Amino acid sequence: MAHGSHAVKRYTGIMDWLTTVDHKKIGILYLLAGGFFFLIGGLEAVLIRIQLWKPLNDFVSPDTFNQLITMHGTTMIFLAVMPVIFGLMNCIVPLQIGARDVAFPFLNALGFWTFFFGGVLLNVSWFLGGAPDAGWTSYVPLASTTFSDGPGVDYYVLGLQISGIGTLLGGINFLVTIINMRAPGMSFMRMPMFTWASFVTSMLILLAFPALTVGLVALMFDRIFEGNFFDPSAGGNIMLWEHIFWIFGHPEVYILILPAFGIISEVVTTFSRKRLFGYSSMVFATVLIGFLGFMVWAHHMFTSGLGPVANALFSIATMLIAVPTGIKVFNWLFTLWGGSIKFTAPMLFAIGFIPTFVMGGVTGVMLAAAPADYQYHDSYFVVAHFHYTIVGGLVSGLFAGVHYWWPKIFGRKLNETLGKTTFWFFIIGFHMTFLIQHFLGLLGMPRRIFTYLDGLGFNEMNLISTIGAMLMGIGVICFVINVFVTSAKPKHATNDPWEDGRTLEWAIASPAPEYNFAQLPLIRGYDAYWKEKREGNKEMQPAEPLGPIHMPSPSILPFFMSVGLFISGFGFIFHQYVVAGIGLAITLGCMFLRSVIEDHGYHIEPEEIQAKGV
Amino acid sequence: MSGHSHADGVLPHEPEKATLEGRNKVLGFWLFLGGETVLFGTLFSVFIALRDQVNGGPTANELFSLTIVAIATLILLTSSLTSVFAIQAMHRNEPKAMVGWLLVTVLFGLAFLGLEIYEFVEYAHEGHTFAASAFSTSFYTLVGFHGGHVAFGILWISLLIWQVLRRGLTVVTAPKIYIAGLYWHFIDVVWVFIFTVVYLMGKVG
Amino acid sequence: MLCELSQNICAKCHRTTGNTQFAASRAKTGNCEYGRSGVDLCMKKRWLKWLRLTTLLAGAALLLSACGRADLSALNPQGAVAKEQLDLMKISISIMTLVVVVVFLIAIYVLFRFRRRPGNDGIPVQVEGNHKLEIVWTVIPLILLVILGVPTVQTVFAQAQDHSKDENAVIVKVTAHQYWWEFEYPEEGIVTAQELVVPVDSRIVIEAKTADVLHSFWIPALAGKIDTNPAGNVNRMFFDTPDKTGIFLGKCAELCGPSHALMDFKVKVVDDESYANWLAAMKAPAVLPEDPAIADAFQKKCLSCHAVGELGGPVYPNLTGIGDRETVAGILVNTDNPQYWNEGSVYENIYRWLEDPQKIKPGNAMPKVELTQEELEGISRYLADYKLNYESEELKNNDATSDKEERQ
Repeated sequence: MAHGSHAVKRYTGIMDWLTTVDHKKIGILYLLAGGFFFLIGGLEAVLIRIQLWKPLNDFVSPDTFNQLITMHGTTMIFLAVMPVIFGLMNCIVPLQIGARDVAFPFLNALGFWTFFFGGVLLNVSWFLGGAPDAGWTSYVPLASTTFSDGPGVDYYVLGLQISGIGTLLGGINFLVTIINMRAPGMSFMRMPMFTWASFVTSMLILLAFPALTVGLVALMFDRIFEGNFFDPSAGGNIMLWEHIFWIFGHPEVYILILPAFGIISEVVTTFSRKRLFGYSSMVFATVLIGFLGFMVWAHHMFTSGLGPVANALFSIATMLIAVPTGIKVFNWLFTLWGGSIKFTAPMLFAIGFIPTFVMGGVTGVMLAAAPADYQYHDSYFVVAHFHYTIVGGLVSGLFAGVHYWWPKIFGRKLNETLGKTTFWFFIIGFHMTFLIQHFLGLLGMPRRIFTYLDGLGFNEMNLISTIGAMLMGIGVICFVINVFVTSAKPKHATNDPWEDGRTLEWAIASPAPEYNFAQLPLIRGYDAYWKEKREGNKEMQPAEPLGPIHMPSPSILPFFMSVGLFISGFGFIFHQYVVAGIGLAITLGCMFLRSVIEDHGYHIEPEEIQAKGV
Repeated sequence: MSGHSHADGVLPHEPEKATLEGRNKVLGFWLFLGGETVLFGTLFSVFIALRDQVNGGPTANELFSLTIVAIATLILLTSSLTSVFAIQAMHRNEPKAMVGWLLVTVLFGLAFLGLEIYEFVEYAHEGHTFAASAFSTSFYTLVGFHGGHVAFGILWISLLIWQVLRRGLTVVTAPKIYIAGLYWHFIDVVWVFIFTVVYLMGKVG
Repeated sequence: MLCELSQNICAKCHRTTGNTQFAASRAKTGNCEYGRSGVDLCMKKRWLKWLRLTTLLAGAALLLSACGRADLSALNPQGAVAKEQLDLMKISISIMTLVVVVVFLIAIYVLFRFRRRPGNDGIPVQVEGNHKLEIVWTVIPLILLVILGVPTVQTVFAQAQDHSKDENAVIVKVTAHQYWWEFEYPEEGIVTAQELVVPVDSRIVIEAKTADVLHSFWIPALAGKIDTNPAGNVNRMFFDTPDKTGIFLGKCAELCGPSHALMDFKVKVVDDESYANWLAAMKAPAVLPEDPAIADAFQKKCLSCHAVGELGGPVYPNLTGIGDRETVAGILVNTDNPQYWNEGSVYENIYRWLEDPQKIKPGNAMPKVELTQEELEGISRYLADYKLNYESEELKNNDATSDKEERQ
């Protein structure tokens, strides 16, 4: 069969983005959509802090406040940080393992579009019927139709269900990509830490998200079809929801933080010009954290009446996670030790990450002591703790990653001065907002309260916290300005713009060509590109002769499949089952087309590759 | 890299693993089944937690008739066997035999589904409707999820039969048939657990 | 009360922390400019400094533990259970402060010592790792966790003991509602709302459940929280009252709807004499308003839901002796000396509540009841005067002094 004989339409402009199956473009879509939802979630956070800046404030109503906290949590976790993680994984992991593509380009696009339309569905609730207001944990019976009869929680259930499909597909895609598509010589124990973290995270996604799927299905059946899973009057059990939610929910926090660990490992090694200290123990610690992540869900339920045996076991199991986490922290510190540290913007975020995350980690161990948790639980102490891990930890990590890989993704380096300004506003604002919340909690302030009475001694601390949140807001605005300023500049980034790149992605052009590697590279050791550079080679050694490269064809089907799910979600929310049926029919019809239309893709010929001079 | 270089030539011994795309599909599908296992595991846990909450309705012991369920079980187990014959025929490069066995599998699947629908209708007549109790809700969700998987499998395999008849057995269609077979076995294993946990333990407990 | 004292300590420890930070920043910029050869000498000096700092920081953390209002703060416990919980916090805070300090000091040292200086373009030695070091930072955390884990497990089991059979234990069935608390004393056959009256120096056994959504029962100064679950899933906990009288703030700690923030209650610890008086007064027959028109309106418009004494319905908050309570609706504090939005005389508070309950607690079950001005004033006056007069002379004196202290 002659190569390139299939006429495949290669789209341009907006159609290019709607039909793309290129992992780098999908990665950019993830970054854009995640960034957009991050701004929405951040705006919600600012509104929350404005409401709480003084006692008995009436800036928003109690109903609106509960919608704000629910949407802030849900948006940030599912629609902001997870997509940004997926964006970086998409842009970087295939490059780091020397692959031309991901294993399932079509599913990859489908994963993005389902996430995106799930997120849009969730946020449309603000304008059509009211947002969910039962907290991001959506505990029943508060989330049942008896106590929440508007469509809010239905948006939560269907929005998360649809975007969850995308996440699950993404997880499987990365697992297969990493297992099957590594370049010659790229053994598992030569994989960069970010790839390792992505691998373990994908495994956690695969094993945790189906539990959420079942939980959401059960809640949906209860709310829409009068099921009785969580209805105590018909024999249902509300504890089931708590268990199912946290069996998913606890691994979820490790799904979030492990990629940040990976990013920090990459950034710290690059800017200290040193090999990662204790690589194998880092890998081991990552896997162990992933494993233990499944053993500790009930520590979110210490006060729900599980009994002393369960509380004691889950206390100890939770404390154990500190050990592999400690290993990682000290390995980072000793990577820096003896290095040649350059304080770039990504490095500042990485350095800010380490102590901040340690502070979040130690409060985690404190929370693990069940009887003390009877005091901390559902107080501002917990709010402070998880923001230290997720914002001070994860978001700092993501900022580090985004600044670090920006030139590889977009071909332009972000402005360093603005990057550093972002960092200082963000980190100072962050500690100002959340350090004090530990004390608020211990002094008796419960979380999720829309206001507090005067004279309880909470006023000054809440004011400080609100000012801190504003500083973080300024930091984020600096970042947005940086993005716009940078995108007006010409694309001039070199292959290895930080000059000390160690891993494969820095061996190819910035941004990478659509086929990534003209010739698959031969991997001769850990830190493959660094090794070649140290031996005086400018490029990787090829593992194959130059030849035609097979590419998958673009397709609009993922977009329409997700539109179908979106329509069907609306149908269920408003009990219009014909609409729901039409939506599902669109999705199934697209699946049918995908199965029967033969897709041979197309080839990029060596002449075209050489013409591009890569 | 090219996934289609074998298409005009002789079909290799294990056509589902002949191309990287095929190997990716098979591995990805195994992983997907891992996720499905968690999904059904959660559904089973929910059912076990709620099965005694009959809310004044019929109990499992009063409700279930094992004869019909045992017949359904036999049918589904046999269909798993016929799907194995289909894959063996594929490995022998005998597309006609393969299509034949797949058709038999689909027919068995339809018979199973018919029995299940009949069973559900009977239960509903006895007051065991979806909204009757926590037991009924969790029962219909667990068994219904399985039934939904069977229905999807029937549609999927039928579609694949059509594709093979149109295009023949190639390195593109072979992995699809192979993973559809994996899917069918998985459904079968889940049913063995449903038969044990829901029906047998319902009768005994 | 203890507030002033604790604020002093607070101020003190803030100062201490401030000093420590100053010291830390000096340590950061410390004059270690001997180059590589001088590192050892410099290190020893540093270690001494760090040791001092560690002690200081740990001390600051412990001092902090005396902060906060004595009636509200988990850091200022007034009962044995909360004290045990604070002890556990102190162990964990001390261990964790140590960890944080070690990490910070290594980080600060590394960042200053190994920053890339202009012209220094060399490639550092590429170290693969160090097994001894890696074992050290695996084993030391494990030891620290054992130190924390043992008392944790002990406390878990100690605080889960069932004391409901204890001879002197006071058993209280707590039922949470959107957004109020019902307290039933099964041994005495009485029910009250919003204010848990308990005797000094005794063990209170709580059996908690909810009538609607999840709530969580929390009295930070006396004990940690327990969730209230629906459908006969009763959760038990206990706490010990202090050996002196006092009033403690209780809160709902689980999101339960719009007025979750306002679902407060009070725990009133009284002396034995007052407690006996209170029990007796609660069992006495109800007294209706003297004015027959008001009495009629009260019976028709209030007792259809609420109860006083043996009269009325059991579904909504019991009003017996409401004029004696510390608050109306859990958040409107009764005081003759109002300072804040939520304070007023008991008459004013009841009046405000009756005028529009939804304005005070949005989303609560009580609608705005149609009352004439006379009825509104009459019922408010009647309820404000509905007192049980159970407080002993001693308790009244204590109340007066503590109230005075609070206002200062």
